[in-house]
Amino acid sequence: MELNPKVPSGPIEQRWDRHRFEMKLVNPSNKRKHTIIIVGSGLAGASAAASLAELGYHVLCFCFHDSPRRAHSIAAQGGINAAKNYRNDGDSIYRLFDDTVKGGDFRAREANVYRLAQLSGNIIDQCAAQGVPFAREYGGQLDNRSFGGAQVSRTFYARGQTGQQLLLGAYQALECQIHAGHVEMYPRTEMLDLVVVDRQARGIVARNLLTGRIESYAADAVVLATGGYSNVFYLSTNAKNSNATAIWRAYKRGAAFANPCFSQIHPTCIPVTGHYQSKLTLMSESLRNDGRIWVPVQNRDRRPPNQIPEIERDYYLERRYPSFGNLVPRDIASRAAKEVCDEGRGIGKHGLGVYLDFAEAITRSGVAVIREKYGNLFEMYERISGENPYEVPMRIYPAMHYTMGGLWVDYNLMSTITGLFVIGEANFSDHGANRLGASALMQGLADGYFILPYTLSGYIAAAKLDQVSLDCPAFQDCKSQLTDRVKRLLSIKGERTVDSIHQELGKLMWNNCGMVRNECGLQQALEQIPRIREEFWCNVNVLGGEDEINQALEKAGRVADFLELAELMCLDALERAESCGCHFREEFQAPDGEAQRDDEHFCNVSAWEYTGDQRKPVLHKEPLKFEYVTPTRRSYK
Amino acid sequence: MHLTLHVWRQKDTRVKGKMVRYHADDINPDMSFLEMLDVVNWQLIENGEEPIAFDHDCREGICGSCGMMINGVAHGPRRATATCQLHMRYFKDGDTIYIEPWRSSAFPVLKDLIVDRSAFDRIIQAGGYISVSTGSAPEANSVLVSKQDSDRAMDAATCIGCGACVAACPNGAASLFTSAKISHLALLPQGQPERQRRVIKMIEAMDHEGFGNCTMHRECEAVCPKAISTDFIARMNREYLCSLLKG
Ligand SMILES: Cc1cc2nc3c(=O)[nH]c(=O)nc-3n(C[C@H](O)[C@H](O)[C@H](O)COP(=O)(O)OP(=O)(O)OC[C@H]3O[C@@H](n4cnc5c(N)ncnc54)[C@H](O)[C@@H]3O)c2cc1C
Ligand code: FES
Repeated sequence: MELNPKVPSGPIEQRWDRHRFEMKLVNPSNKRKHTIIIVGSGLAGASAAASLAELGYHVLCFCFHDSPRRAHSIAAQGGINAAKNYRNDGDSIYRLFDDTVKGGDFRAREANVYRLAQLSGNIIDQCAAQGVPFAREYGGQLDNRSFGGAQVSRTFYARGQTGQQLLLGAYQALECQIHAGHVEMYPRTEMLDLVVVDRQARGIVARNLLTGRIESYAADAVVLATGGYSNVFYLSTNAKNSNATAIWRAYKRGAAFANPCFSQIHPTCIPVTGHYQSKLTLMSESLRNDGRIWVPVQNRDRRPPNQIPEIERDYYLERRYPSFGNLVPRDIASRAAKEVCDEGRGIGKHGLGVYLDFAEAITRSGVAVIREKYGNLFEMYERISGENPYEVPMRIYPAMHYTMGGLWVDYNLMSTITGLFVIGEANFSDHGANRLGASALMQGLADGYFILPYTLSGYIAAAKLDQVSLDCPAFQDCKSQLTDRVKRLLSIKGERTVDSIHQELGKLMWNNCGMVRNECGLQQALEQIPRIREEFWCNVNVLGGEDEINQALEKAGRVADFLELAELMCLDALERAESCGCHFREEFQAPDGEAQRDDEHFCNVSAWEYTGDQRKPVLHKEPLKFEYVTPTRRSYK
Repeated sequence: MHLTLHVWRQKDTRVKGKMVRYHADDINPDMSFLEMLDVVNWQLIENGEEPIAFDHDCREGICGSCGMMINGVAHGPRRATATCQLHMRYFKDGDTIYIEPWRSSAFPVLKDLIVDRSAFDRIIQAGGYISVSTGSAPEANSVLVSKQDSDRAMDAATCIGCGACVAACPNGAASLFTSAKISHLALLPQGQPERQRRVIKMIEAMDHEGFGNCTMHRECEAVCPKAISTDFIARMNREYLCSLLKG
């Protein structure tokens, strides 16, 4: 397998422009003759589908939701970054680029990140024109706020519902194209495998979730925009149905999986309350702008927060990181919370929580201002916890949130399978070992609106694409394998629910491959995962039929894939014998407890190649060169 | 907590459904309503019975997937709260709870508590957008929007498309949903060029999908998980009349 990142040469500011100029164009009248499959209609997929359809391609778009408007992107709260410098506070494309590379702890490709920063402004223009009701100043201009890991205000937002509004913008653009007949939308249809013909991605096989029918679809190129895989951990902030099946199947068909162990924990989530917990709810990081994080100085201090006097409170982030304070990047904030809880200073019933306190902000700015900024988040908190955050501090704890890892892509967003493109959270691209807040929405939309439409056209213009038939062996074999797999899942009829096995896997992953990792724990996980997998295939109980709505069956298929992916994550975490960003290996820390990178050995992307179920995957390394931002130790002190 | 549930079970669109009684034992008040159903489902699977099917995804009250009639009220007893955000602390030990799917001829039941809401997508397709091809947008701050208009547009845009408004309406009207999108776009300068066409097309689509007529019962506002105001329906009606007169 060859990993050629295809990064154009020349000064970084000019690379994207030059590359766009050098790519071949497709004759407008020919575009209609090319069918493009897009799997996923979240921010990345919907924006790509709409944009490609506008260009004239024939687009087939798939999602497992009942409507594209429900994709997980809808839940993003805080905002989207763009280097507009509207605040005149020193922001620039270069600064956003620099912040993102540093925030990612020098494990992302410079040229990709620069392009992302360059396109960030266009995204805001596009979305504002679509009618996204971004927050405004009294003068009518767009408002901004600041977010973790940055000292400038560059985050655009729509109350606490930025993802919802951006997704509705993209969804509406998509619906417009569906109406015009340029996109065929397949909702409630789940891609179960990728079809590769003559080493080109030429289609997918998918299950209609209403009728259970397994159908094949052919195209000239396939785009995966299927989101992240945080749900390996069972409990995460992701929507319940988010899963890894599409990218995992593509991996097994030859797409390299990059940095699978790079998963991000979000510091501000509502703590777990019991074994029945089905997901974790995030409280937007923007709350850290006004909320102060603290725990009692004393161990096991069980007094209610308002009875703990100021001097007996430890505002540990402000103490340890005076210049960034409560706004340090996510990985640092999360580990710091874990540390104080491990010391026994955690709050709440289980001692797994810290306070996020708005008392001072409310005194300073008044309830009205705080309500205006965070009203819906406060309400959401109250609904879930039964406590009023205007009166008592919120209780928060870190939770699994985002996966920087994903399918490896080159500068054109093409995977190691020719004709298979991967966009949004599903690819590994721009965030290195740690994503900064408000950068995922930016990346998903940059990929979908502004990058893929060019690079995919470049591919179509240059590729030699023979006719493929749905009757060819590649499609037929794939379809019959999937039919067998469904039958097999339904015939096990064991004793355990899919959820109970998923919970077991999740717990193992959280403990051994979560916020902190070490060799022994990872080895242990690598021994246990195959055992859980075996338990699943021998003892799971999936009821119901194959030719009807069967949610247990859907879940079972997804968990079966998580059970394989988990192993690759642990392997990758074990192999990367350094700490960087969110990947914190206990053995590799500086004397002050911060992550210790090893640039000499690990300044690379780790891309894994599948070689068979019984064989260890092969690791390929894409070296990372830093020509513009000099790798330094991150410091937020 | 121990509860008695009566849940609508229906195999698919073709066969008739019926209410089935279940016991929900050891329910914790901190559970969400859907977590309570998860626990019931685990129990059902252990007993070899098919779990209750219901749509859900974000479980944060934002995707609009979830939704059921709980004791006859769309999304249950708490104001401005989607089913996934409803917690069991609002029920009492020993309660009996009736759980049914949305009831509307425009939302056929697909299985148990799952209904087909694709009619909403088709209403949006008819005109619920601003046509702006990728790349053709002007610099964002070149179009100013007063904070008041933008806030008001946001109030409407916060609709999650769950369908509770339709389920609660005695006429099965989709006016709150449709008016929220029309108002969102009509309040913004970017939405002006297509304003008249949009309202006419969307109302046509709404009628075509078989939704009922709005007679202002305002049940929709009472159950809307985002507390969207029926003022937007009045605005839609004005928009419609003006557009017909001008058109
Ligand atoms: C609670 C929360 C808050 C967040 N807040 C922010 C924020 O403030 N700012 C920010 O920048 N980022 C934020 N993020 C991250 C960001 O929301 C996501 O990374 C981003 O939305 C992912 O978009 P996507 O288009 O790649 O994937 P998704 O939105 O996950 O979409 C995936 C799509 O793929 C489809 N799909 C998946 N698998 C299949 C299959 N096998 N077959 C068919 N269809 C399939 C789904 O139906 C869906 O349409 C947040 C994330 C969470 C969880
Ligand atoms: S599950 Fe998303 S709104 Fe309830």
